[in-house]
Amino acid sequence: MLTKRLIACFDIIDGRVTKAVRFQDNIDVAPAHELAESMYRAQIDELIFYDITASNEQRPIDIKVVASVAEKVFIPFTVGGGIKTLDDMYAALKAGAEKISVDSMAVRNPKIIEQGAKAFGSQCIVLSTQVKRTSEPKFKSGYEVFIDGARVATGLDAVEWLKQGQELGAGEVCLNSIDNDGTLGGYDIELMKLAENAVSIPLIASGGAGEPRHLLELFTQTQSGAAIISSMLYSPRLERNFSVEELKKELSENNINVRI
Amino acid sequence: MIKIKVIDYKAGNAPSVIHAVERLGLTGEYARCGDDLKDATHIILPGVGSAGATMNSLRQMGLIAPLETAVLENKIPFLGICVGMQILFEHSEEEDTRCLGWLKGRVVKFDKSRVRVPQMGWNKVEQLSDFFYFVNSYYAVPQDTDVIWGTARYDVEFAAAVKSGNIYATQFHAEKSGEAGLLLLKNFFEEVIC
Repeated sequence: MLTKRLIACFDIIDGRVTKAVRFQDNIDVAPAHELAESMYRAQIDELIFYDITASNEQRPIDIKVVASVAEKVFIPFTVGGGIKTLDDMYAALKAGAEKISVDSMAVRNPKIIEQGAKAFGSQCIVLSTQVKRTSEPKFKSGYEVFIDGARVATGLDAVEWLKQGQELGAGEVCLNSIDNDGTLGGYDIELMKLAENAVSIPLIASGGAGEPRHLLELFTQTQSGAAIISSMLYSPRLERNFSVEELKKELSENNINVRI
Repeated sequence: MIKIKVIDYKAGNAPSVIHAVERLGLTGEYARCGDDLKDATHIILPGVGSAGATMNSLRQMGLIAPLETAVLENKIPFLGICVGMQILFEHSEEEDTRCLGWLKGRVVKFDKSRVRVPQMGWNKVEQLSDFFYFVNSYYAVPQDTDVIWGTARYDVEFAAAVKSGNIYATQFHAEKSGEAGLLLLKNFFEEVIC
């Protein structure tokens, strides 16, 4: 049986992992390849790297970081940030990434999803989306898509955007709740349930994990196949971090199928 | 002298395979034309993308005849990965593609009304007693069940790995399956695979 995946997510600035709360006040944690290798040794299932300043600085993703990780880590990893063209995607895949995450760029130019899926296969294209609750009636799902580090509202309904992304060829969705991000209060279960009814591709839940029981809630109450964890694993802001082993043990004891 | 050749077409993830080979203390070289295969002691065909695109790339690179000479006539140990496994069979439902036909059987799609497609993540291969990383919407159905080396379950029980003589293939990404995957590759190079 397919196991549930725990994915460590790294925000990268200048080759180093940083940690922010609600997209602000990044503090330094460790060099990317070192943290990646230690997570790999600890049996993390997958990694995601966001080059969070690439977009703003109008430069492509830092390939040196991708390559340094690929030499040490033999599990799939996804990279995102600053990907604008097929050549950017190819450069990241060639450096050893498994998948490409598209986010703000895909909203500006949805064709990039289609082009990427055609060139490299749907399984390579992860549609990452930042969404926020709204009470405005024009958003039927109750969630709006934001871009550019969750700063800019797009007017897009979250569920409509996911459907369009799947239609265009995305192979996976990574859905981040802006409201829950960094709160350590748990995933947005309602959001994930909306998404699972909207699309048939695999789903990754992001934003809000602070305790092992949040993972358990996600995997028992939704069809999400994977969960992003970051603060829990390594944020120096937390009183207590959890090891991958601890988290998997807890899940396994509660009959969640994990790689252990 | 061991000469590992990894077939590189633009959609494939040959670099990841090379990284894994290097981690094992060996060197791998890219093969991009028939001549590159001449001195190979081991050939790996990685794959991402579709069966149709992979077949087209092999054809355009003029690799099909040299591969058949190396693998079918000269019996060079061969490992197909993911789509590199699927195209060994006769036919794939994906874009109605005629494939190499080295192994009898066909490739069909998971039922997306029953499970999320693609299958994405770590699945247990019972016969190999470990977890491996899968990313696939399609799976092979070998006609001759003797070639099945390992199976896993995703809605249905499917062939996760096959072997037939010097031909080995895994539906999972051995190069991205952690230490279990590296060990499988090591065994392939040392030909102690079982």
